[in-house]
Amino acid sequence: MSAKHVNPTRMELTRLKKKLTMAVRGHKLLKDKRDELMRQFLELVRENKALRERVEAAIKAANQNFVLAGAGMSKEVLGAALMTPRQEIDLEAGTRNVMSVEVPVFRYHTKTSDPNDIYCYGFAFTSADLDGAIKNLADILPDMLHLAECEKSCQLLAAEIEKTRRRVNALEHMVIPETKQNIRYITMKLDENERSAQVRLMKIKDQMLEEAHHYSRRAEETAGR
Amino acid sequence: MYKIAVMGDWDSIYGFAALGMEPFDISDPLEGEKKLRELARDQYAIIYITEALAAQIEPEIERYAEAGLPAVILIPGASGNTGRGMMAVKKSVEQAVGSDIIFGGQQEE
Repeated sequence: MSAKHVNPTRMELTRLKKKLTMAVRGHKLLKDKRDELMRQFLELVRENKALRERVEAAIKAANQNFVLAGAGMSKEVLGAALMTPRQEIDLEAGTRNVMSVEVPVFRYHTKTSDPNDIYCYGFAFTSADLDGAIKNLADILPDMLHLAECEKSCQLLAAEIEKTRRRVNALEHMVIPETKQNIRYITMKLDENERSAQVRLMKIKDQMLEEAHHYSRRAEETAGR
Repeated sequence: MYKIAVMGDWDSIYGFAALGMEPFDISDPLEGEKKLRELARDQYAIIYITEALAAQIEPEIERYAEAGLPAVILIPGASGNTGRGMMAVKKSVEQAVGSDIIFGGQQEE
């Protein structure tokens, strides 16, 4: 594992130890972040699903009415009826911070406050189905905007969760074990150096004593007598 | 101030004009990609696209999934619900969790 070359020095050891504490702390924080993101995401995605079901059902109903309207009127008349919409939507987009992910928040104002301004045509020459269809769409409009907000948030959160998960895994399975291994390697190497220095000193001490006092010759003499 | 765009074939989108959204009658994928890029640069915060059109320009839509605005949202068109919009939600669950835990249980019911 420690195929990567590390200098077995005390300085490197201190550096690695600092790196390890940092990595462990970062790992814990990121894990907490991931868990919290996941909680928020699951809440949002459930809401997203419910909203989508509602919106899809409403649009389906509206489309059925549009088809009926289209059957009752010619395409030209239909086109002309909706050619000059009276209503306009002003959308304000803010952001909300969810665990450092900026998710959008939409607020909208309609240009006129009269809810009947969605019918921008005379009722005399248009089919009643068209009114119904447009009413269906108008009713679901707040949900549609909410859906946009919710779905976008889900996409952004999902991307962030994926990123965080990768980081957590990289720390957990790569950085932390590798640093631990390197620290172990350096500690062992330093211990080994220390032991070899000690042995060398003892050896030299023996040699110097030998030179000063000639222990071995004296021992021979004592044995010879 | 932001605006809302609706893209797709005429039959699916013309009604949205009455609500104050801007409809763009597009059924050609190439034109759709171009228009989407144009709208994304412009002041559109939400772009609704019919599932039928979205199916043809998926890579282009993916590009906006992880960016900030605009939010590109699929809606069923006049030709019916293809389930593509739900698939997108499912996909983001899979991306986040690793496996699908929201929709899986429901199909068994």
